[in-house]
Amino acid sequence: MHSRTFILVTIVVAAAVFFVAQLVANNYLFFAGYTVLQFVVLATAWNILGGYCGYVNFGSAAFFAVGAYSSVFLHKAYPLPIPVLILVAGFVAGVIGLGMGYLTLRLRGSFFAIATLALAVVLQTLVTNWDFVGGSRGAYVIRPNSLDVFGHQIPYIEYLFLQMLILAAVAIATARTIERSRLGYGFATIRDDELAAEAAGVPTLRLKLIATTLSGALMGMAGAPFPYYLGFLQPQSAFALEYAVNSIAMPMIGGTSSWIGPLIGALLLGIVQQVATVTISSAVNVLIVGVLLVAFVIIAPNGIVGFVRNLMRRGRS
Amino acid sequence: MDFPIELLINAIIAGVLLGGFYIAVTVGVSISFGMLDIVNIAHPAFIILGSYIAYIMNSRLGVDPVLVGLLMLPVFYALGAAVYQVYYVSFEKRGQEALRGLAFFFGILFITEVGLILVFGVDYRYAEAPYIGPAIRFAFVDLPYRMLIPCVLSLLLLASLQVFLSRTYVGRAIKAVAQDQQALTLMAANPIAIKRIAFGISIATAALAGAFLVIIQPVEPSVGREYIGRVFAIYVLGGLGSLPGTVIGAMLLGVVESITATFYGPSWAPAVSFGFLLLTLAFRPAGILGR
Amino acid sequence: MTEPLLRIDRVGKRFGGFVALDGIALDVAPGERLGLIGPNGSGKSTLVNCICGTLRNETGSVTFDGRKMDGLAAHQRTILGLARSFQLPRPFHSLSVADNLRIPLLYAVKARSGSHLSARELDDHCVEYLRLVGLDHKAARLPRDLTQVEMRKLELARAMAAEPKLLIADESMAGLSHSEIGDILKLLMVLNARGITIILIEHIMSAVMSFSQRLAVLVSGRKIADGDPQEVVRNPEVEKAYLG
Repeated sequence: MHSRTFILVTIVVAAAVFFVAQLVANNYLFFAGYTVLQFVVLATAWNILGGYCGYVNFGSAAFFAVGAYSSVFLHKAYPLPIPVLILVAGFVAGVIGLGMGYLTLRLRGSFFAIATLALAVVLQTLVTNWDFVGGSRGAYVIRPNSLDVFGHQIPYIEYLFLQMLILAAVAIATARTIERSRLGYGFATIRDDELAAEAAGVPTLRLKLIATTLSGALMGMAGAPFPYYLGFLQPQSAFALEYAVNSIAMPMIGGTSSWIGPLIGALLLGIVQQVATVTISSAVNVLIVGVLLVAFVIIAPNGIVGFVRNLMRRGRS
Repeated sequence: MDFPIELLINAIIAGVLLGGFYIAVTVGVSISFGMLDIVNIAHPAFIILGSYIAYIMNSRLGVDPVLVGLLMLPVFYALGAAVYQVYYVSFEKRGQEALRGLAFFFGILFITEVGLILVFGVDYRYAEAPYIGPAIRFAFVDLPYRMLIPCVLSLLLLASLQVFLSRTYVGRAIKAVAQDQQALTLMAANPIAIKRIAFGISIATAALAGAFLVIIQPVEPSVGREYIGRVFAIYVLGGLGSLPGTVIGAMLLGVVESITATFYGPSWAPAVSFGFLLLTLAFRPAGILGR
Repeated sequence: MTEPLLRIDRVGKRFGGFVALDGIALDVAPGERLGLIGPNGSGKSTLVNCICGTLRNETGSVTFDGRKMDGLAAHQRTILGLARSFQLPRPFHSLSVADNLRIPLLYAVKARSGSHLSARELDDHCVEYLRLVGLDHKAARLPRDLTQVEMRKLELARAMAAEPKLLIADESMAGLSHSEIGDILKLLMVLNARGITIILIEHIMSAVMSFSQRLAVLVSGRKIADGDPQEVVRNPEVEKAYLG
């Protein structure tokens, strides 16, 4: 499929999802759907760096929180509409991704991974000690209950859901476009063999920086509406464990080689967790994700997508 | 302004004692990452596991935490050897350690942490022993036993590892595996077996470090995450796996953290180690002793 | 004398206390076929790495096509026309054989010419190089499906696809049979006939002797001989280095 066709299809699917959700018109569905879509964005973003280039980012929560806190900051300093906040968050998180990559990507991959862990803790400490955005106590973000659109009252959660839906569509279209492009080929050579990539004329450092910037920016964008979703933001909830572990586990479980893996992983794990949060505790949630992650990397290293592909190949021969 | 020199000296000495304990925390990673090239980011989780075992044995049976740490050595060694076997078969052999191996340890980190939360909750747990509480006092300098004992024992642990690595056949084989796997096959040793032993030892040190930790401070499951930064900051500062470098890195970080906590408040302490780590990685990736 | 294509001027490199290269000087003329030999650990691979930018030389300088290479990253040197094959083939494992060749076309060639190749032209180029090395029937396969000799051919083809002025072939024939060595030699001769300068690093003396117009010998990081191949192999110092 041509990239332009794919983008068109993505838009149609996103519109269909929103339309169906409208028909059901259940507030809980929008709340839950928002979280699942947020994971779609995070997983897709993680995979651009992790799956395509082979660099592990443990600091997804940090980029997500940067987006969330840039919204809190602007909410206090100079309130702006959410689509603008998303762009600002994307810019800030992208710059952090770029800086982070510039500082550590000349080293071996494992150091980059460790540095991303460090980044999360440094940023959390900074935010915890920064009173303007609420410090350790957290900050309230007052949001209206509904939004007036051409005379119609739309519940605010639907508005947020729509934003996240668009963002998910953008993330997936971006990932898919990269995959089939010169950039995508370059990313694959980095994952396979950086020395050989350089010898073939691939500017590996520049490409890695593009990947960290893009991936970080998308994660930040996913975080931007978060304070409005919760109505209250604390460092512990923005830097929560589940973001880091989910954004790794979802692509790993779905499959890292193409855009569809993170999508499948995010939908699957996201929905399971929404169900589990209602029925059991959230700690069990994270435990399930952790166990699945370990099980999958050991048993099905190419994720669900790889597993299905293998089955199909075997079926044919 | 009257500079509180006594406070500073106390902070430095507390930092040195803390740094001593950090040696025990880091030495395992110096072996696994530095010598075996296994990026075990779950190492702190094993330490916390050790702390909880020491806590249970201490609170239920009244066993001294240090003794529990020693008794746990073989158990943790076996645990480490088993983890390495899984890691080898699933990742090293397939050449997938970079992405999936890291994710594997990340998963273990979470499973351990969340498992502990589910069993014990998020309350702080502490151990009891006659030496937790009292201190030696010289003039205005305090030397609490709960810091002094882990520090001394950590130094002992490091010294014995150093002797083991340089004097014994297996120890030399471990050092050789760090240099060149082929050289090792010439020594008629199986590199996989040697790596399994070495990884077992690295996890065994976590048992002791865990026991020390619960003597020094109350623990709760997520404390482990703070230690990821410490461990790798020290490891990088110390020059990536050299044992003497580890001592210097540990002491340095201990002192800087202690001064930060004394003068700026303990909420900044976690950022110190991670900030150190980021700066070292960015500007001096070969460590402070590196060329 | 014409300006050399590659000038290596007193290049030195140490690893810790070990001197890997001790002030190597070597000129390569445009269109030349140079053989570079030396015992294991003599510094041949280190020299290649310093020329190609994988390692940084500590002293001296490398000039290629009238341009100082020092400080340029490896990919920049490839873009300027300096390609290499690796001693142990390093294919991109997740890409098909054809896509492996697409990479230098998409990056090195594109960055050099600035022109945009259409998808069709790209495919044509890939097929051309695959035919040249005789891998066209494996275009859609993954590298892991290739045999030893095919892997080495892919390695050479990928270096060729960067359309270099100078190709450094680092032990492209180790472990191959007599007829396979013949194949690779023929291939290198074809490339040379197209105007590509070639440095051949090799242990197999018969191959080096039949290929090279000139022969240079490295021993312990120093160049001990350089000149007509027949004369160089009779040089007593070279004989001594090889016989122990």
